[in-house]
Amino acid sequence: MLSSSARRGAAVLLSAAVLTTLSACGAAPDPKSGAAGDAKSKVQPGAAASVADFGSMEALVAAAQKEGKLNVIALPPDWANYGEIIKAFEAKYKIKVNSENPDASSSDEIAAVKSRKGQDRAPDVMDLGIAFARSGAAENLFAPYKVTAWDKIPAGQKDADGRWYNDYGGYVSIGCDAAKIPTCPQTFADLLKPEYKGKVALNGNPTKSGSAFGGVYAAALANKGSFADIQPGIDFFGQLKKSGNFIPVESTPATVEKGETPISIDWDYLNAGYAEQFKGKGVDWKVAVPTDGVYAQFYSQAINKEAPNPAAARLWMEFLYSADGQNLWLKGHARPVLLPVMTQDGTVDKDAVTKLPQVQGTPAFPASEELDKAKATLAEKWDKALS
Amino acid sequence: MPTTPSRTAGGTSRRRRGPRTWLAALPLLAFTGLCFGLPLGAIAFGAVTRTDPADGATRLTGEHLARSLQGPYLGSLIGSVQLSALTALIGGVLGVLIAQVVVTSRSTALRSAALTASGVLANFGGVPLAFAFIATVGISGVVTQLADLTSLGWSLYSFTGLTVVYLYFLIPLMVLVIAPALEGLRPQWREAAQNSGASGRQFWRHVGLPVLAPSLLGGFVLLFGTAFAAHATAAALVGGSVPLVTLKIADALAGNVLTGQENVALALGLDMILIAGLVMAVYLPLQRRSARWLR
Repeated sequence: MLSSSARRGAAVLLSAAVLTTLSACGAAPDPKSGAAGDAKSKVQPGAAASVADFGSMEALVAAAQKEGKLNVIALPPDWANYGEIIKAFEAKYKIKVNSENPDASSSDEIAAVKSRKGQDRAPDVMDLGIAFARSGAAENLFAPYKVTAWDKIPAGQKDADGRWYNDYGGYVSIGCDAAKIPTCPQTFADLLKPEYKGKVALNGNPTKSGSAFGGVYAAALANKGSFADIQPGIDFFGQLKKSGNFIPVESTPATVEKGETPISIDWDYLNAGYAEQFKGKGVDWKVAVPTDGVYAQFYSQAINKEAPNPAAARLWMEFLYSADGQNLWLKGHARPVLLPVMTQDGTVDKDAVTKLPQVQGTPAFPASEELDKAKATLAEKWDKALS
Repeated sequence: MPTTPSRTAGGTSRRRRGPRTWLAALPLLAFTGLCFGLPLGAIAFGAVTRTDPADGATRLTGEHLARSLQGPYLGSLIGSVQLSALTALIGGVLGVLIAQVVVTSRSTALRSAALTASGVLANFGGVPLAFAFIATVGISGVVTQLADLTSLGWSLYSFTGLTVVYLYFLIPLMVLVIAPALEGLRPQWREAAQNSGASGRQFWRHVGLPVLAPSLLGGFVLLFGTAFAAHATAAALVGGSVPLVTLKIADALAGNVLTGQENVALALGLDMILIAGLVMAVYLPLQRRSARWLR
């Protein structure tokens, strides 16, 4: 007679234990046949570090089609256009994509890789928060693979060994329902105005949600903080909470449509997506990248070192880093990592670029240690500032 | 008072039946061991060990448990206990009052309607419940707008708001578990008390409440446990602004921000189990004491 919330609580408690138990029961993977018998290929697909190791792109496609399927995890269809990306990949290569748990988090992805080691249903590829890409590489969970476009990815956005590389990202932005809010806030300083009482929300709890964390980081930058010092951002939200402007409800498409989170700090690609999604539904969603706190963050791709479908995993990467794949992310208002290069060589989808929210200046990224320090501070101080 | 010989006889016969009874209980024991013992063991193991990512070696450590009892983690444990105790108390009292009205009313329609509704509402939780409240009494909720609740100082996204939401499924739960006990209070006892000149208050003080005490305590413990373990509703409503241990576990176990916190989450889980155990430890002797009245 437990309520479902109680059951979920219990599930949270037990999930780690249960995952450990489950890992014993799954089917063992097929022997890695792949392109083993293919005369053109030089190595097993699981060991291939580039297309050259397959011989040619055609050989890679053939090997992937022989596997016939690809396991992906944590790819929400309404996030950065992943729904269309999956469909396009399936249509182009006739490979079935099994999309598991679209709303999973990065730590769920890592847990799935670890607990289903050697099983046929382990995820082949992952889309991870940068901290998890780094920690996963340190734990030796990823296969090194350099896509054809490898050299075009900026050095600061990839692991030197090719175990992970950034895929797409965006800026912290302020979404605002102009149908309900007479003047939309343009900066973090604006958010403190009394007219926004009970209206400002984040996409979740910053100790859990990456975009909410980005929001606090950006607020820190807007308030004389730095990458190494996130405290001013925590203080800023403490102040917002005290003035009654901040509402702790997690902004989702549902709360946006309902008008419960009329001002929502979130990635610009999600906010821009809402603008399109709710056009004509009484929601006039405007997106502004605050000029006082510019913060961009990218997610990263990685291949499971023990991917059950190693060739399909590598083909998926090639697809994502082709002009087609990059433009599909762009269509979802995310900024693909190859955007600067593609703007130069003209392969970029120019219409999609004009729809991106305007940003001045170039983004800077925190160093690994700065990020760790900011997270530790946040985990320690957020509760106190907000309660 | 049973005499000593009969007790010995009972003892021998029990001993003779022993192995076979134990055999019959084997499936239950196996189930319990597998579904409760194994996860508990995994939680306890994870809470006191650390695996070095570099060499893969696992070592014993008390650092996770220590961290789970410090700073924001300790705050979340206290917050959860406070919220659960308060909601279980309010829910328990209101649930008993409602159940008493339902049980004593002559209308069978009211009875079955109230009990059916309780059965449904007691299981209504999680994100749907949170969203139902957001749509009615959230900041732009229908009722908030109509009755201008905001000017009265109402906020759904606070400790008070969360208490109200929890009561929504805790009160029906109390009605469900306490109604059978209230039905067990025989009308004859009340008549007997009245014939002996007892007032209504005296009846409750000396007969009704002592008889009900074990069920009331049991109800309170159940409500406490339900509120203590609730997660999804709180996650959707208050995010990080009301510190709750289940939310902290979720942050540490399944987040996009903090890495390498899994063992602290397991330590927090162990803390939760210990607290639940403590509540049961208080309840069990009290219940045994109260149960003596029922002989």
